[in-house]
Amino acid sequence: MSDERENAIDVREAVKRYGDFTALKTISLTIKDNEFFTLLGPSGCGKTTLLRMIAGFENVTEGEILLYGQEIENLPPYKRPVNTVFQNYALFPHMTILDNVAFGLEMRGNSKADARKRAGEVLELVQLSQFAARKPSQLSGGQQQRVALARALAPQPKVLLLDEPLSALDLKLRKAMQIELKHLQRETGITFIFVTHDQEEALTMSDRIAVMSAGELQQLGEARDIYERPRNMFVADFIGETNLLEVSVDAVEGGRAKCHLGGGHELTCNAVDEIGAGSTVHMSVRPERLFMSDAPTESESLKGTVKENIYIGTDLSTIIALADGPDFIVRTSNSDRGIKRIFEPGSDIYVNMEQGAARLLID
Amino acid sequence: MAAGAASGGSATTDTYAEAKTWLLMPAWVTIGIFVLAPVLMMLVYSFLTKEFRGGVIWEFSLSAYDQFFFDRGLFGDDPPKIEWTYIAIFWRSIWQAGAATLLSLVIGFPTAYFIATQPEKTRAMWVFLITIPYWVNLLIRTVSMKFLLRDQGPLNDFLLSIGIIDSPLHIVNTNFAVQLGLFYSYLPFMVLPIYAAVERYNFSLSEAAADLYATKWVTLRRILLPAVKPGVIAGCILVFVPSMGSFLAPDLLGGAKNFMIGSLIEEQFKGNAGNWPFGAAASMILLTMVLIILMIFARQQAKAEKGAS
Amino acid sequence: MSKGKYDIKSFPGFRAITLLCLFILYAPLLVVTVYSFNDSQSLTVWEGLSWRWYADVFTGPESGKFKEAARNSFVIAIVAATTATIIATLAATAMVRGGKFKLRSISFGLISLPLMVPEIVTAVAVLIFFNSIGFERGLMTILISHIAFCIPFAYLPISARMQGIEDTYEQAAMDLYATKRQAFTKILLPLMMPGIISGFLLAFIVSLDDFIITNFVKGAGVETLPTAIFGSVKQGLKPNIMAISTMLLSVSVVMVTISYFVSKSDNTK
Repeated sequence: MSDERENAIDVREAVKRYGDFTALKTISLTIKDNEFFTLLGPSGCGKTTLLRMIAGFENVTEGEILLYGQEIENLPPYKRPVNTVFQNYALFPHMTILDNVAFGLEMRGNSKADARKRAGEVLELVQLSQFAARKPSQLSGGQQQRVALARALAPQPKVLLLDEPLSALDLKLRKAMQIELKHLQRETGITFIFVTHDQEEALTMSDRIAVMSAGELQQLGEARDIYERPRNMFVADFIGETNLLEVSVDAVEGGRAKCHLGGGHELTCNAVDEIGAGSTVHMSVRPERLFMSDAPTESESLKGTVKENIYIGTDLSTIIALADGPDFIVRTSNSDRGIKRIFEPGSDIYVNMEQGAARLLID
Repeated sequence: MAAGAASGGSATTDTYAEAKTWLLMPAWVTIGIFVLAPVLMMLVYSFLTKEFRGGVIWEFSLSAYDQFFFDRGLFGDDPPKIEWTYIAIFWRSIWQAGAATLLSLVIGFPTAYFIATQPEKTRAMWVFLITIPYWVNLLIRTVSMKFLLRDQGPLNDFLLSIGIIDSPLHIVNTNFAVQLGLFYSYLPFMVLPIYAAVERYNFSLSEAAADLYATKWVTLRRILLPAVKPGVIAGCILVFVPSMGSFLAPDLLGGAKNFMIGSLIEEQFKGNAGNWPFGAAASMILLTMVLIILMIFARQQAKAEKGAS
Repeated sequence: MSKGKYDIKSFPGFRAITLLCLFILYAPLLVVTVYSFNDSQSLTVWEGLSWRWYADVFTGPESGKFKEAARNSFVIAIVAATTATIIATLAATAMVRGGKFKLRSISFGLISLPLMVPEIVTAVAVLIFFNSIGFERGLMTILISHIAFCIPFAYLPISARMQGIEDTYEQAAMDLYATKRQAFTKILLPLMMPGIISGFLLAFIVSLDDFIITNFVKGAGVETLPTAIFGSVKQGLKPNIMAISTMLLSVSVVMVTISYFVSKSDNTK
């Protein structure tokens, strides 16, 4: 990441309280210019609240929000050069598509003719020129979504905020729009801040992701970082599927931690600074980083019995019980079926993991 | 995800919060001065001394209420007895309003139920058909009713011509005519709340009851009725309250024998024979009764809502 | 209901009662309408179709009184409904878009007060009020009491409409650089129009139809249509009253029908 880029948004120790309820607990984060940034978390985690604070619909209880170095937390929404794509689009039902897109330009003081001309150009960008004279209700969900995008982009905001904009679309359309949005962000060079509860969507689109839960920032990093190196239990559990198991740490040495599971199975995990020998914590290992074999291999091998095979389309998921120990889930890609064996339930096998696949987590 | 909106205090639903005082001011002033203040003034008047040619003398007196409840003899020196004349008029009003409410319920419940179970497309049209007559001038409706029910009116003509009766039915100037008039005046008020309640009712509850061997009528009584009870009570109150204070139906359809509170009050303010403090006192008593009914109802509704959530 | 299918919702006789109910509601109105075209001095005998009683309303001996009363009625209804609609629109904006505030439930109580107090009590109270402040009874007293009385009728459809409009529309407008005032006039007000029109029409009908309050606060010699009709009816039913009633009835039906279709036209979809 080129860190010479300007900061588009600086959230400095922002707190949001409603009476006794604290929706956001002292959040600080920086969003870079021209970045596709995602706020990811389950509903109620505070991600939408943070987005609405940047837009100006929620006031900030404590702290500051800077937009390209300028404090904005006390400005009303209509004085912030930031536009929003709303979750339900909020297209003005009594206006045509063209007038919807021209609205922001007009409010910024452009003449009606001028605003419409530029609105027409933006509609072309999202390939909806032929619908300019229609009313929003005459468009399909996907088309409305693109109009909402065009309307928010037309005034050329410095930052575009997207509040779960794809959640109302069906799966296929959603996938297509994810790619279109990503392209649009690159073409326009506008900073996008995207809110979603869908971790797959976040991984697909984002340059960087901020994972939030219970009003707190859990982890901030690039998509690969977040998936492969989750910092704590919440992130490991929320993003993707994982084996989350309790381990006792026996010794820590050179970034590696010797641990044992219930039943006495020994294994080595990636160590974390916060965790020393003698503690009992959780570790995470992704199912696709495990593989099965008849005999122990050079990698770390744990002995167990196959309980069940579950067919899930692209993959085969196998549940394995370690002797006197916990269960593991192993994922095998179905494209490899010709090469790898399928172990029937009841087979005694070994679960193997590459070095570095297992990570210790802080709580 | 509406955590902000749900927990309140967000800057969203209070878009025009800072202007609210100015926005509400005209309504406060208009209703405050021209409805609320007059009601308070009426309370004051009910404790003043009457002036013989209409109006009042500004002297405190309980005589209006005294006259309403007690008979102190011609010269005021007999031991006071309860004065039944006015209490009887109130009693008749309650009775008539109650009968009209019952009539409305008997006809209104099946109607509301039937409309609420129609296909969604036609429902609005049925509701519309039921409400149109309500928006026709009450006076005209009452006059029409009188015209229809007269001894020589179309109803009697029709019944005579098909030979069901030999001589005209005397309906006008009876209690029944008044009840019919009241029923006709306020029927939509019974239908609409029941309709709203039945429309909200989840019919899978009835299906569950039927699945558990309950017959239709048992399901209606044991499952549906308790669920729509608040709507039924609301409908009864919306018919009962205005019926009690109505003036046109008893005046035009009831005649002198079937005097109700409305006519009693009106008489006090017409011409020179009026007794303003007495009229004000009668109005206060009527208002108090209505407010007590509304308060009991509001408390019940609040309880029902709590129970539901 | 298809044969053999058990329909949990339908009860025998309910349809018949509904039709009976509609019959009771409409029969008197239809009878009056039909008899208003009766070419006969007497109310009882049918002597064929004629416009004579309609002509009588406009040219007969009582025509002057009715014209005057009609003019009063319509002027009062238009002014009262317009004023009440404006007041109700402002109040609804504060109530629906003003957040939570202390006086909210009290304000709602105040706005719906004219609906809770029996009409005859309001009539007495208003009469006493004008009398006690020495305000002379006449058109002005009728107008003022109609404005106050019409506010809740205009308020209910308007606030119901506004509650149905999500506030994200206004937020979107402000996000797109519209000020609060612009968000109100350019977004909220146009979206509320069906509610406002139907509120106005209901207020108009309520004012046009009011008899009891008008009867109390009108000065001597000032008549509106309902009080004029009542005066005539008290002297006995006459055919010209049938004609005038039919006309007034038609106005109400037309306005309610307009109101129905306007409120059905949902411009948020």
